[in-house]
Amino acid sequence: MGRFILKRLGQTLIVLFIVSIFVFLMVSFLPGDPVYAMLGGEISQETYDKWYYDLGLDKPIVVRYFSWLGKALVGDFGTSASQHKAVIDVVAQRVPITLYFSILAFIISVPLGILLGVLAAVHRGTKLDGILTTFANVCSCLPQFFISVLFLYLFSMILHLLPSYGFTWPWEDFGKSVSQTIMPITCLAIGGVASICRQTRSSMLEVINQDYIRTAKSKGLSQHKIIMKHALKNALIPVITLMGLRLGGMMGGSMFVETVFNISGMDSLLVSAIRAQDIPLIQACVLLIAVVGSVANIITDIVYAAVDPRIRI
Amino acid sequence: MNHLLEVKDLVTCFHTDDGDVTAVDRVSLHIDRGEIIGLVGESGSGKSVTMMSIQQLISPPGYVKSGEVYLDGVEGNLLTYKADSEKMRSIRGGRISMIFQEPMTSLNPVLTIGYQIQENILQHTDLDPEAAKKKAIEMLKMVKIPDAEQRYNDYPQQFSGGMRQRIMIAIALSANPDLLIADEATTALDVTTQAQILEMIRSIAKKTNTAVIIVTHNLGIVARFAERIYVMYSGRVMETSKTWNIFKKSGHPYTKALLRAIPRLDDPKDRVLIPIDGLPPSPADRPTYCPFYKRCEYRKDSCKENAMPDLQEIGPDHYSACLLSQNEMQAKEIELRNRPQKAAPVKNIRDENVLEVEGVKKYFPILKGIMRRHVGDVKAIEDISYTLKKGETLGIVGESGCGKTTMARCVMRVYKPEAGIIRFNGIDIAGMKDKELAPYRSKIAMIFQDPFSSLDPRQTAGSIVEESLIINHSCKTEKERQEKVDRLFRLVGLDPSLKNRVPHEFSGGQRQRLGIARALSSDPEIIVCDEPISALDVSIQAQIINLLEEIQAKLGVSYIFIAHDLAVVKHISDRVLVMYLGHIVEIADCDELYKHPFHPYTEALLQAVPEADPDVEKTKPAVALEGEVPSIINRPAGCPFHNRCKHCMERCTKEVPQLTEFDSGHQVACFLFDKE
Amino acid sequence: MENVQEIKTETIESESRKRTKKFIKSLFKRKIVLVSAIGLLLIIFSAVFAPLISPYDPNAQVLSEALQGPSASHIFGTDNYGRDILSRIFYGGRVSLIVGVAAVLGACVIGTFFGMVSGFFGGWIDDVINRISEAIRAIPQIVLAMSLCAIFGGGVVNLAIILGISNIAVYIRMMRGQVLSVKEQDYIMAAKLQGNKSFRMMMKHILPNCVSPIIVQMTLQIGQTILAEAGLSFLGLGISAPTASWGSIVSDGRQYLLQNPWFSIAPGICIALLVIFLNTIGDGVRDVLDPRMRGRR
Repeated sequence: MGRFILKRLGQTLIVLFIVSIFVFLMVSFLPGDPVYAMLGGEISQETYDKWYYDLGLDKPIVVRYFSWLGKALVGDFGTSASQHKAVIDVVAQRVPITLYFSILAFIISVPLGILLGVLAAVHRGTKLDGILTTFANVCSCLPQFFISVLFLYLFSMILHLLPSYGFTWPWEDFGKSVSQTIMPITCLAIGGVASICRQTRSSMLEVINQDYIRTAKSKGLSQHKIIMKHALKNALIPVITLMGLRLGGMMGGSMFVETVFNISGMDSLLVSAIRAQDIPLIQACVLLIAVVGSVANIITDIVYAAVDPRIRI
Repeated sequence: MNHLLEVKDLVTCFHTDDGDVTAVDRVSLHIDRGEIIGLVGESGSGKSVTMMSIQQLISPPGYVKSGEVYLDGVEGNLLTYKADSEKMRSIRGGRISMIFQEPMTSLNPVLTIGYQIQENILQHTDLDPEAAKKKAIEMLKMVKIPDAEQRYNDYPQQFSGGMRQRIMIAIALSANPDLLIADEATTALDVTTQAQILEMIRSIAKKTNTAVIIVTHNLGIVARFAERIYVMYSGRVMETSKTWNIFKKSGHPYTKALLRAIPRLDDPKDRVLIPIDGLPPSPADRPTYCPFYKRCEYRKDSCKENAMPDLQEIGPDHYSACLLSQNEMQAKEIELRNRPQKAAPVKNIRDENVLEVEGVKKYFPILKGIMRRHVGDVKAIEDISYTLKKGETLGIVGESGCGKTTMARCVMRVYKPEAGIIRFNGIDIAGMKDKELAPYRSKIAMIFQDPFSSLDPRQTAGSIVEESLIINHSCKTEKERQEKVDRLFRLVGLDPSLKNRVPHEFSGGQRQRLGIARALSSDPEIIVCDEPISALDVSIQAQIINLLEEIQAKLGVSYIFIAHDLAVVKHISDRVLVMYLGHIVEIADCDELYKHPFHPYTEALLQAVPEADPDVEKTKPAVALEGEVPSIINRPAGCPFHNRCKHCMERCTKEVPQLTEFDSGHQVACFLFDKE
Repeated sequence: MENVQEIKTETIESESRKRTKKFIKSLFKRKIVLVSAIGLLLIIFSAVFAPLISPYDPNAQVLSEALQGPSASHIFGTDNYGRDILSRIFYGGRVSLIVGVAAVLGACVIGTFFGMVSGFFGGWIDDVINRISEAIRAIPQIVLAMSLCAIFGGGVVNLAIILGISNIAVYIRMMRGQVLSVKEQDYIMAAKLQGNKSFRMMMKHILPNCVSPIIVQMTLQIGQTILAEAGLSFLGLGISAPTASWGSIVSDGRQYLLQNPWFSIAPGICIALLVIFLNTIGDGVRDVLDPRMRGRR
């Protein structure tokens, strides 16, 4: 096991190294002069020079990369061009909010999706299956921003049930927090529920046709026992992959919800950074998202190995 | 006395888009306590479906349409209970249990084997979990799983195929059922393992008075183990009687035809197999008259005019579903036998070696860690030497994992051997690079085992056969090429107008013919046949064997014929080479080897093969060879066979015996025959 | 001889045409697939003939008629500049379809090539391609596309390239997996033994046997890419004003939900419908190509 994790860590480091090169090169890829591109044309020579040296544009690219990487590893991504603060401070302020939303959505969508998927598979061909499958198919096609806009219109503007924007931590004002988070969380979770439901259903049906399910039936086991003990554990193996993907995309998946509901999380920060071409800020966000994604990948692999005894490590 | 199980007029259908298809058609059978019966038939004959129907294990789109099933001690027709009802579930696994064909997929991969046995015990007995565990371990010991206690918590994939099938048996017998159904339970296993497992089933069944139904396509197995036999064809029972009657006084034309189509170990060398022409009808367009009519040698016009006959008594306890009376049949039989028979094709073996293999070794590296460190080798084959004459067939036999295929692939130069010489017409091709090899590639062709995966599903039949003609530029014009393709099609008995079909539009036998046409397209001198008929049905096998023999007589090619079916190898080969764990243990002329096997392994192997003759079977020892082939990674030191050998001496554990000539042409690697 | 006499001589054309016919017949046997295909055709039609069927110029501003609700003259009403929403939707469909199809086609060709090379040759080539494709996958597609937008800017062509790049890794991984499994088949060994060279082997034996899942993936991926394009445009990073794009119309309409909800909702429904149609057809194609999966999803 330890060996396996070590190997995966090694591979992940290589991948992150490649990502870091890409992220770093963003500055060089900017059309025209990077300083002007980031700050706009109307700046003093002084400001220009300061930025020019801060970005290290006077040094060769390899030297520049390693000095950037060295700083980045200790959390120093430079100064945000649009907010004139240290990038790390700006990001640190926003990250917990995005994490709060995505983790909650993840926790809700996984069991719900699996439950609905199993229900649909067990009642295959019935009305219930039809309704669940249609729901899952439609919901996995709906753009998240459109669901958010619809919810906003329906629950805030027409029914006046929920506030349309803002974010409060639950320990600050619990009632307010709940009413503010209920819609964004639902919008975030709905896609996950739909895709996990689809995957669970299809892999359940795949498993149900396997020889070992026939063996279980020939033992005279009850339907319930066959599903819970023999089918589900096998069927969940491909679902883990999907969960890993969702976990990995957690940090970079809520920009639409954050934009629509005016929540100042990291993803909306990234959007505004991109609009402003604030490269240091973008670099920090993308790198952070990639690190979280890669760590999620490793966790997925470990869970995979733990669940499936066929994988020998 | 009541029968233990009685099935009356069972009909099972499968619902399809084009209406219902009847898979089992009015099948009736019965079995008594402690009896062992056989249910034989080719694939698609409905034998497994019958067994599944009895236990209501048929899942949609299949369903049992009508029929009655009575089990001693259960009130009324079993089929009237719901499939999921308490009653039915207590019968499944409790009173009737089943072992399935695929040992690799029939056990749940994510549950321990201990759990899977214990579960069945808990379901059907009042034992508490602790006692159930004890019983489960007892069961594991009974099916001879070594270190049962330690292995209780292992997962199925940590066991070999034979071991998994033993575990399946342990599950099936754990709740002391009255009836055990073994559905092709040993088909995927080696002959020696097959003999061990069936023998074990028999001895346990006799001890516990359990009835057993052996479902198989292998006539030899039922000849050895069954007391009574049902022969099925196209969803119907064609004939049923005591085992001896079926083989010695067979009454139905189908049974007779089957027995004529299979090669036997005690065949004379020049026996011509008489294949059953055509294919079984597909269940969707099965005629109302006798389904065997089209392929039957005895058919009369009245067979087609009347509905499929029911079973008629033709002798004491002997029933056959044929319209012909015994007298009519005998008259026809005489007429048929007096017809001029096709003579065996004449071989022309020249005294010239087309292939000489000397000291070939093939190792596969074992790599470990991130840096892919080389930590050792799997020594797949060691020191292989033999020769092949022009026009000769060399049979290669041995259990799975003995290196047959690796050896063939070295000759084909799919693998590059680590050491040794492979001389093709005097030129060493063992060390050649891909470029130098090109002219020789076309001279050594191959026929594969699986007719489904060996033909590119996206190419048409024509382009599969013509490919090597294009690559080797062996035809000048398109027309010439097409003519050659047509010729090849006719040579293997396919209509050239089928050229534009894709492989899945052919039947298994036709696909194998295509594979042969492809192998012949480059005018090879050697054809390596890797289990070319083992994926085919019995009645089709004879067609392919005959075709291979005709082609050899016509073209004078040499065959290296790999098979695990020793009767087939005997039928087709001139000389036979026996392999065990990467070593050659014996080479001899075919007749000589089968009559006087020297090596203890060859002897055991020959005894393990079940033959379609109950009289011969009685004379054989129950289990010829104990244990399983060890993994090639832990090949024992000294003679690779010493830990399973009855005659093992001290010397065998230390030295590897060399292949030495004993008689003229008879080579054996065993210290028993050391001249000193 | 097996049933040789029963089989009639047929020409190549009729054989392959028969197969195509059979494919189409079993594809459309399910009503929902047929309905989706018709729906998709309607959307394509309205996008292609947008200039002919649009009642108004999509960019003509009539400020006096701004933010009207649905009416006979403006089926979905007007936007904040008084532009006709229906006409803007017709034109917006062009962006979605062009970007979706172009990005996926490009990604598919490039990704399939690298995936095939990686799976076929193995060794260090495989390692390098694998690590790069893993690196691309480490960043969520939408984030990657956004960052590329930050550098190269929006616009139809840029969007197609950007979304194409972010799709490549999907095909590399998929094709590589396919090649690895096809490579193990006996017919590949047979082809090798007949003296096929690497290139011919890949084109004639490996590629044709790997395409069906790739085709299925393409139909599904076009839907995903259209969603991504709409998302980028919604965030204001994709298609820039005044060009109409479904995503940007939804975004513009957000501030006027009370005045004319259709401003946002109508284009949103269009995106959803287009993606649903594409997914249904993709699922249908998969069911026909891989009968094992029939009715599973």
